[in-house]
Amino acid sequence: METLLTWIGTLPGAIGQGFVWGIMALGLYITFKILDVADLTVDGSICTGAAVCTMLILSGVNVIVAMIVAFFAGALAGLVTGILHTIMGIPAILAGILTQLMLWSVNLLIMSGKANQPLVGFQFRDKVLISTGTNNIVKTLIILGIIILMLICALYWFFGTQFGISLRSTGNNRSMSRAQGINTSFTTVFGLALSNGIVALAGSLLAQQQGAADINMGRGAIVIGLAAVIVGEAIISKISSNFFLKLFSVIVGAIIYWIVFQTVIFLGLPSEYLKMLSALVVAIFLGVPYIKKQWFSKKAVLKKNA
Amino acid sequence: MLEIKNVSKTFNAGTINEKKALNQLNLKLENEDFVTVIGGNGAGKSTMLNAITGVFRIDSGEVTVDGQNITNLPEYKRAKYIGRVFQDPMMGTAADMWVEENLSIAESRGKHRTIKWAITKKDRERFRELLTQLDLGLENRLSTKMGLLSGGQRQAITLLMAAMQKPKLLLLDEHTAALDPATASKVLALTDRIVAENHLTAIMITHNMKDAIQHGNRLIMMNQGKIIYDVSGEEKAKLTKADLMAKFAEIAGENQESDRMLLN
Ligand SMILES: Nc1ncnc2c1ncn2[C@@H]1O[C@H](COP(=O)(O)OP(=O)(O)OP(=O)(O)O)[C@@H](O)[C@H]1O
Ligand SMILES: [Mg+2]
Repeated sequence: METLLTWIGTLPGAIGQGFVWGIMALGLYITFKILDVADLTVDGSICTGAAVCTMLILSGVNVIVAMIVAFFAGALAGLVTGILHTIMGIPAILAGILTQLMLWSVNLLIMSGKANQPLVGFQFRDKVLISTGTNNIVKTLIILGIIILMLICALYWFFGTQFGISLRSTGNNRSMSRAQGINTSFTTVFGLALSNGIVALAGSLLAQQQGAADINMGRGAIVIGLAAVIVGEAIISKISSNFFLKLFSVIVGAIIYWIVFQTVIFLGLPSEYLKMLSALVVAIFLGVPYIKKQWFSKKAVLKKNA
Repeated sequence: MLEIKNVSKTFNAGTINEKKALNQLNLKLENEDFVTVIGGNGAGKSTMLNAITGVFRIDSGEVTVDGQNITNLPEYKRAKYIGRVFQDPMMGTAADMWVEENLSIAESRGKHRTIKWAITKKDRERFRELLTQLDLGLENRLSTKMGLLSGGQRQAITLLMAAMQKPKLLLLDEHTAALDPATASKVLALTDRIVAENHLTAIMITHNMKDAIQHGNRLIMMNQGKIIYDVSGEEKAKLTKADLMAKFAEIAGENQESDRMLLN
């Protein structure tokens, strides 16, 4: 009973993490699901968002302004990947890796050459939007919930506009899109910029939640984001194909990811194993449908031959 | 209307796979011409359409539409003037998007895509009317995923989409090849109607001699990247399947002859 209560005690923190990473995963959803591009820029741009936001707050800028600037810094990173990919013809994955590497230097420069810039302490209490860890968790959850709701509504609206559906068709069928007069290079670059802007926005919240910007905070971010996207999809795709719900499912996926994560820690798994665990979860979710298909078609062939 | 002047295209130039797909091709279309194109596999028919739409850059020559040189325009800009239906029913539409979304994408072709909400109630009414005219029972499937429709239904909608912004030029690349005979003739009838009603200039590639003869006002035959036979008007009207078969046999002989000369 007592352990159950302690476990329940970990839930608000996990939900808080899930909210922030859910925002990150919404950004990833745009590239991975809508544009059908595997974009590895995000491991760098989430840190860019954290770094920009932290440094601006440290220099006395209003937190909302700092977060907006962080969004545009991330969008700029996406723009670079997009240009590498469309104008220079570099495969998307490699373009993302190149930008990610560039961002390592850029992020260090932003953080004045330090690998870690703390954002904790009494003097910041009124200068941040959300508190560190589980301090003031209710307020944090409400604020994050509002941000998420606004973001999902904005994305739902955007992808229903004439320009927005041209982004969706770009990801769905590039040659058809061009035949319908869509500049697919432009839509791809725009999508990459928008995606990384949102990821950087999540980074700016992550810095506040963790109480620091850290040069390593983006490592493996794409895996966590992907886990949220595919777990969410696995749940919602059975129920509905409504776009609003699909966006919403990404947040649900992120929350589930973090609850599982906290539970595994709670059960005593040493934290060294956690990245391994995340990667395995993603590998299994991505791989099982494929294997299932292979296996079933083989069975069908065997049956026919028998 | 459309003019193709001395257009050449060689794939994989300088490699062992070098292939001269278009060889100094010339073609001139008048307004409201409806040309059917026949020719063996690899004759360069699809490559000709790709050269017109700008899928790749041509090696030499010029393409003009209504006097405007479009040779250097990117594919998405040419789309303003050109509607296109592909052989593969999957190619012409976005399979994971709804029917109404596909129609809306086609309706904005050649226009600036704004951040206005794409599909209003009024649009939906208009789309439903258009689909009713197809007579394929699609009018109540506006919010069905395109990929769930049959090949014939998809080609019919692609045709509708290609004609939606009233293009100067409609290009059809074996667009009924993947369909069963009954559906194919339905889609062909629809093609005739759309071309006639909108006064379009059209090019239709087909492997079906009968269709090539029955449709359009002009017929061309391609071989090795060139037009080797070109009939229109009266002469085309009198054309029979036997004439075309004879022509094919003649070319096959010539091709063999030139292969032998190359080998010697
Ligand atoms: N993208 C490409 N890369 C390399 N070779 C190509 C390419 N497209 C076409 N070819 C070659 O150019 C030649 C002409 O091809 P094309 O597709 O135009 O023929 P087609 O007349 O449409 O034939 P079919 O009736 O089989 O569709 C063929 O030999 C083909 O292999
Ligand atoms: Mg072809």
